[in-house]
Amino acid sequence: MKALTLIFIEILQAIVVIALAPAFAGWVDVLKCWTQGRTSAGVMQPYRNIAKLFVKDVVIADNASWIFRFTPYLVFGSAVVVGSVVPIISMNLFLAPSADIIVVIAIFATARFFMALAGMDIGTAFGGMGASREMMVASLTEPAILMAIFTVSLAGRSTSLLHIARAFASGALVLRPSIVFAGIAFVLVVIAETGRIPVDNPSTHLELTMIHEAMILEYSGRHLALIEWGAMIRFFLFVTLGIACFLPWGIAVTDNAGDIATSVFLMVIKLGIAGAVLVLIETGLAKMRLFRLTEFLGAAFLMATLGVIAFFILE
Amino acid sequence: MNLQVLAQVNSFLAALVLLTAFAMLSQRKINSLVTLFAWQGLFLSINTAVVGFVASKHHLYISSLLTLSIKVILLPYILHVLVVRLKIRKEVETIVNIPTTMLIGIALVIFSYHLTAPVREMSTLITRSTLAVALATVMIGLLMMITRKHAVTQIIGFLAMENGLFFAATSATYGMPLVVELGVALDVLIAAFIFGIFFFHISTTFDSLSVEQMESLREDN
Repeated sequence: MKALTLIFIEILQAIVVIALAPAFAGWVDVLKCWTQGRTSAGVMQPYRNIAKLFVKDVVIADNASWIFRFTPYLVFGSAVVVGSVVPIISMNLFLAPSADIIVVIAIFATARFFMALAGMDIGTAFGGMGASREMMVASLTEPAILMAIFTVSLAGRSTSLLHIARAFASGALVLRPSIVFAGIAFVLVVIAETGRIPVDNPSTHLELTMIHEAMILEYSGRHLALIEWGAMIRFFLFVTLGIACFLPWGIAVTDNAGDIATSVFLMVIKLGIAGAVLVLIETGLAKMRLFRLTEFLGAAFLMATLGVIAFFILE
Repeated sequence: MNLQVLAQVNSFLAALVLLTAFAMLSQRKINSLVTLFAWQGLFLSINTAVVGFVASKHHLYISSLLTLSIKVILLPYILHVLVVRLKIRKEVETIVNIPTTMLIGIALVIFSYHLTAPVREMSTLITRSTLAVALATVMIGLLMMITRKHAVTQIIGFLAMENGLFFAATSATYGMPLVVELGVALDVLIAAFIFGIFFFHISTTFDSLSVEQMESLREDN
């Protein structure tokens, strides 16, 4: 019976992640429209986009290999796997003990690797350019995110997400310089990893500046729908990963329905606030030159490293 | 407020001082450098007041106020006037690129942590853990003087070093005697004036404040 409840919670969380991710992306778009004085298309617009793409035909280039066809499913599938491992609505997850936080980052990296391969697979100039840029960004963000995560796991005394979230949720709110540094680094990394503004512009279709868009330029129909949906889930997951590591208060500890409902409610509020913060950062900044990215992500790495150092020096 | 919380506030402020030191290291614009220097002074001043409260050493309140008036208000003002008068608008040139400088900075922090380890073992003060941060701030100030070509940024580096020394004195021994601190504060102030006068002479002689220009003064042999 106990195992059955856990499996039920697990499935519930996966559904919540898959279903709510487009709404979160839509919410961020709506806020962005407000800050820029434009009329928004509403929170539901990403759902309509995905539905539209699913009914359209798929056009594939003649020289596309199996990688090109396989990648959309891998991107979507890996995002769902991560979504069932991160403690989002409950701290008792059936699958969570199978993967710690380093595995989560590795799964994201695998999806990114295949995405870059698929970008180069067709052999168009933009795909290759997007892939090479994406890999450059990845090589700079991954050290930073791992350092930020090491800081959090030092403080939580484990690399398991459940342990970290429990340690933070039970501990009293203390001023810990290391966690603050790691938190700032994490925000910078999330901006870079999910292709938000100083690094990449999610709404651009100007060939010379795009990174993520350039890689998926050749996709159409349900493939594109899966990739876009996967990207939304990835964005959603990075934010919830941040919440699980840095602000885990309110995630349900017990299995009863009331707690889980409260937990979902709190999650929606936290996501709403996190989206607003991200939009404020995005609106306040202009897109950076590609070669200035080393400095931006270098700063993220520095913050994360200072977090680790501060843990040893000051705590 | 109990001692534990105050100790945490103290180490948090130390972390902020270190953060501003790194921010100065990575900053290209000279106006932002001056602002960051003022922020560092502010954190230092609050930290001194907190240490003064914890140790109930009342002369630390006076040096906190001194730091506030000189390093947060007066020196940034003088530097700002200098920047405006000398019409410095260009971005600061660096000798080593900024990501490398930051990595060297991290190495310096680890080095100073090891260097201060014996002192940390001996000391019983609650501020002992911030000594490593203070030493790191001194070294980052020095690194800034080495890696920047512009005379004004070198002076900011020098003043940041002085901030670090002041911080070290506070965290190692709860501050120097008040007479010494008054003297140092006055010295720094006078130094800033002298630097200002020198800058005007350098810029009228060389049409530039880049210290590389001064290499032409060398005698050929």
